[in-house]
Amino acid sequence: MSDSLPNSPDPESLQAAAEEALSQELAVLRGASAPAAASSAAGAEDEPRVESEVWRRVLLARHPQRPTALDWIGLLCGDFAELHGDRRFGDDPAMVAGMAEFRGRQVLILGQQRGRDVKDKIRRNFGMAKPEGYRKAMRLMRLAEKFHRPILSLIDTQGAYPGVDAEERGQAEAIAWNLREMARLRVPVVATVVGEGGSGGALGIGMGNRVLMLENAMYSVISPEGCASIMWRDAEKKEIAAAALKLTAAELLALDLVDEVVPEPPGGAHTDPKAAAQMLGDALERALVGMENLSGADLQAQRCARFRGLGHFYQEAPAR
Amino acid sequence: MTWFRRENKPLPSVPEKRVRTEGLWVKCDGCRRILWKKDLAENQELCTHCGFHFRISARRRLELLLDDGRFTERDASLESTDPLEFTDVKPYRDRLRKAREATGGRDAIITGEGKLGGQPVILCVMEYGFIGGSLGAVVGEKITRAIERAETARCPLIIISASGGARMMEGAVSLMQMGKIAAQLMLLDQAGVPFISVLTDPTTGGVTASYAMLGDLNIAEPGALIGFAGPRVIEQTIRQKLPEGFQRSEFLLEHGMLDAVVPRQEMREYLIRALAFLRAQPAAPPRAATQSA
Ligand SMILES: [Zn+2]
Repeated sequence: MSDSLPNSPDPESLQAAAEEALSQELAVLRGASAPAAASSAAGAEDEPRVESEVWRRVLLARHPQRPTALDWIGLLCGDFAELHGDRRFGDDPAMVAGMAEFRGRQVLILGQQRGRDVKDKIRRNFGMAKPEGYRKAMRLMRLAEKFHRPILSLIDTQGAYPGVDAEERGQAEAIAWNLREMARLRVPVVATVVGEGGSGGALGIGMGNRVLMLENAMYSVISPEGCASIMWRDAEKKEIAAAALKLTAAELLALDLVDEVVPEPPGGAHTDPKAAAQMLGDALERALVGMENLSGADLQAQRCARFRGLGHFYQEAPAR
Repeated sequence: MTWFRRENKPLPSVPEKRVRTEGLWVKCDGCRRILWKKDLAENQELCTHCGFHFRISARRRLELLLDDGRFTERDASLESTDPLEFTDVKPYRDRLRKAREATGGRDAIITGEGKLGGQPVILCVMEYGFIGGSLGAVVGEKITRAIERAETARCPLIIISASGGARMMEGAVSLMQMGKIAAQLMLLDQAGVPFISVLTDPTTGGVTASYAMLGDLNIAEPGALIGFAGPRVIEQTIRQKLPEGFQRSEFLLEHGMLDAVVPRQEMREYLIRALAFLRAQPAAPPRAATQSA
């Protein structure tokens, strides 16, 4: 893994801040305070908290108790056997993958693993994969294709790791390669954003025939903090940025960028992981059943057609 | 191996700003010398002293590259509908209007057809002057259509990138363009039609992490900044200054990410030579119908 600890923008303190802000939010919600009280409860914010609903979801998506990919795998699947390594450089603990039994089927299941405690999080680079992680994922997706096994992908990352070693080994190339090669696969691929869907690092395992999002997940081209510091030159404007980016599951569904929103228990997946996994499992099973009769060629064509249709937000300029 | 290194002068370090003085003169970021703009224009926008590659507009690029500078543009009138109704310190719509005025184009790319050494090619050239050459729904759609035309006509595709990455103001819509284009490039690849990616200064973020790295050949101009994360983000992450030349073309070549670094004045001949090798394969049976899983 990295020879230096990831120490900034510091996911750890980000996490702590998220936790802190969340407990404040929850206190406000529990107290059923008026919106006016909500803005004062949030402390040092100058801006009125008009978008607190969006921000509440961001905090839920990043909630420290939210199930991680390995938690989901444990809840959804039996007989999980992890597979390691990209056969090129190394094994990236930020990306996990393996054979599993899901509701009577053999599947390949994979995802970014954020880590559970501090030590584990550091080992797993907070779920920020490096090129070897993306290459491992693709190697194993190819393996699944060879043996006609469906692929379940669980997306949960702030983004691909932005570091010197990752750049040297071709982070951009690794992601680009996955986008193209996942499009080629002749087996069903269901991608689900279960937590944070951070930009290209998320899409790098996200080329599904069906793309689902958990109700409190987020999927964005850039983090709210990153957007705020670039566009407002002030990372504190993150809540406004989060609202402007339209990154919630409901908003992505409305933009036709995801196919289905999977409900979570009230209060979020972490309040009742079993119930959450039941609902996610049902949605995944429905998606797989829906593709059962498609040939390999059909599956490839369906996936390409899905992506071909994304983002028809253009028009012919009126003649001048 | 050394044919692309014309000078031994060190390239400028990463954060150098391209300061241009107004008027007839411009300062070179490579050697700091003052150049007459007219000399620069006559030298393909290359420093007459050190060969430094100045950024150039998409139109100028086409002029320099194609047979007789002749080009048939497609989809020129496509424009963004501002899917998120995005506003930061100012509305995205205002940014779009300003960019249109500044560049004369409707978005950050020009696509169409021309010839290289008599060989018809489909070209997509990104315009860095239009909101940092960012990839949004319009760029995504125009490239996708160009790829479809290349596949139908079995005509080589060349994409010349100059981009800061995905367009933030179109949120996840812009992110998904990476997948949309990559999927289309898979079909082009499957059809055996050549695709050459040319990376110019700068090519970063979602553009590098999708089509710019997916060429049958990936080639770059000298000294271009090419990477996934921007140098500033990396410096913040590792809390260290980045080494000299990090994420420049020569660095990527050394790390095996590029097929070649080609100076601008040799680019046209290089592409013609490459196209002689990369011949579109005769049409196969209908795509994706060869075997079933
Ligand atoms: Zn110079």
